[in-house]
Amino acid sequence: MSGNNSILQLDGLRKVFGGVVALDGLCLSVGENTITSVIGPNGAGKTTVFNLITGYLAPSSGAMIYKNTRLQGTKPHKIALLGIGRTFQNVRTFPDMTVLENVMVGRHARSRAGVTVSALLPAFLRPEEKRIQAEAGSWLDFVGLADAADMPAGSLPLGKQRMLEVARALAIEPDLLLLDEPASGLNSRETIAMGDLIHRIRENRITVMLVEHDMELVMEVSDRVAVMNFGRLVAEGTPREVQEDPEVIAAYLGE
Amino acid sequence: MAARDIIGFCILIALVLVMPHAVGNDYYIGVLIFAAFNCLACIGLSLLMGYAGQISLGHGAFIAIGAYASGLLTTELGWSPWTAMAAGAFAAMGIAFIVGIPALRLKGHYLAMATLGFASIIHIVAVAATDITGGPAGVLNIPRLSLFGYRLDSDTRYYYFAWTAVVIGLYLAFNLIHSRVGRGLRAIHGSEDAAGAAGINTAAYKVQVFVVSAAYASVSGSLYAYYVNYIDPGPFDVMHSVLLVTMVAVGGLHHVWGAVVGAVLLSLLPEVLSFTAGYLQVIGIQYRPDYDILVYGGILLVIMLFLPEGLFAGMIAGGKSVWNLVKRVIRGKQVVRE
Repeated sequence: MSGNNSILQLDGLRKVFGGVVALDGLCLSVGENTITSVIGPNGAGKTTVFNLITGYLAPSSGAMIYKNTRLQGTKPHKIALLGIGRTFQNVRTFPDMTVLENVMVGRHARSRAGVTVSALLPAFLRPEEKRIQAEAGSWLDFVGLADAADMPAGSLPLGKQRMLEVARALAIEPDLLLLDEPASGLNSRETIAMGDLIHRIRENRITVMLVEHDMELVMEVSDRVAVMNFGRLVAEGTPREVQEDPEVIAAYLGE
Repeated sequence: MAARDIIGFCILIALVLVMPHAVGNDYYIGVLIFAAFNCLACIGLSLLMGYAGQISLGHGAFIAIGAYASGLLTTELGWSPWTAMAAGAFAAMGIAFIVGIPALRLKGHYLAMATLGFASIIHIVAVAATDITGGPAGVLNIPRLSLFGYRLDSDTRYYYFAWTAVVIGLYLAFNLIHSRVGRGLRAIHGSEDAAGAAGINTAAYKVQVFVVSAAYASVSGSLYAYYVNYIDPGPFDVMHSVLLVTMVAVGGLHHVWGAVVGAVLLSLLPEVLSFTAGYLQVIGIQYRPDYDILVYGGILLVIMLFLPEGLFAGMIAGGKSVWNLVKRVIRGKQVVRE
């Protein structure tokens, strides 16, 4: 299953917060069109990896290469334009906007209207607006939220807000999608739906990387699993390989 | 544009048309003209405060830039008032760009600090650079505006002109809000991180909306200069900037209509206060215009405590509950009849 070409390469990635070493020379290669899970105990540095890849934090040292482009020093919005979408561990929807508008924001990267024309000649932009709306609608359909399109995003239950975040991230047309604990706070039925959604995202030729604590979901959806502890890669392999790795067992059981 | 906003426009235009006949007195028409200037500046400020979540404590300075550009370019260089107004707006936008870039790249309320300092500088320049600005003596003999060869020389004419400018300014603001750009701004207000992940250049958007709001303020200043035909640094002090922020906050941050409501009400307030001052004197209280600022502070405090969404949202909510009450009363009567 795992592709031979890597879409993302992390090389000796190090991040220090004050005196705390969050990442200590992480090396990881993510194969194109795979589902890769990053697991590990709390504080292992998983979310830090995502924040570095998407430009919210700057690495202390090391390299991140996405499709032959170096990511370090690139602003979050530019990284989105390069085709890396993400969701957040604590859902960050735009609560006062409707569900559809939330996804329309995701189309920002793929549309152009600027301030001057928007204020003076809105009629010229109507076709683009219609297109944005239609495309956003089809992504809502994809995650199964079409019925809620006109509701304020803040009124959705958490499970649906997580789905909405995925739809918004998909709307930027990413080649690589980073999901930060997509199943956290979901009940078992919602978790199954999320797993199904992740499979369908990969079928759209999008590489998925996720940080997750729900081991059932991780083992079910992943092609590769990377295990981190204390900012380092402890093990990497197929779910079965990782499950049998003594170092992984030690990391989790706290030997 | 949403149906609600179209209704709002109809109400506004109707009020604008009716008011001169209702007040029928040049002095009060003058007050309403000043309200229009404040409205225009507040519309721009509300885009910045309500949609980009940033506060400018220096909008009085952008008004000053518009007013002085209009005053000096017309009197000293003989430019046409319209060209001078455009030049002032472009100058204000350029300065906003320069002030905004460093302040808005940082998260948090650095813009408030930067603009506060900037407003003080502009005010000091207006007072002290006597060779250019005329200092405290100001700029005299600023020409009146003409529109299609029609001189706007009476208060009533200028009233209609100024309020037309407000309506146009509102229309442009609504276009912006209901566009891709407006959606981006609302997203930034919702969550800056998530907006960035969606490909929005948050810093650039905040700078752009600040530049737009500076243009509104500058045009408002130009219209002021052409109306009073004389400017001095007095009205452009930092307190005026604070007053504009108060207007937007009192009216309601989350809607441009709030800025209109806040600007009009607080512009009329000094008149109301000087009117009541007469009555207060009867019962032995000496009210002085200096106390106005206390009343403003009190109003802001009460609004923030009891109507944090602002007067406009409060009016809408109040209207709704009255309507529900009316419906219930009518329904109650029907029940009785049955």
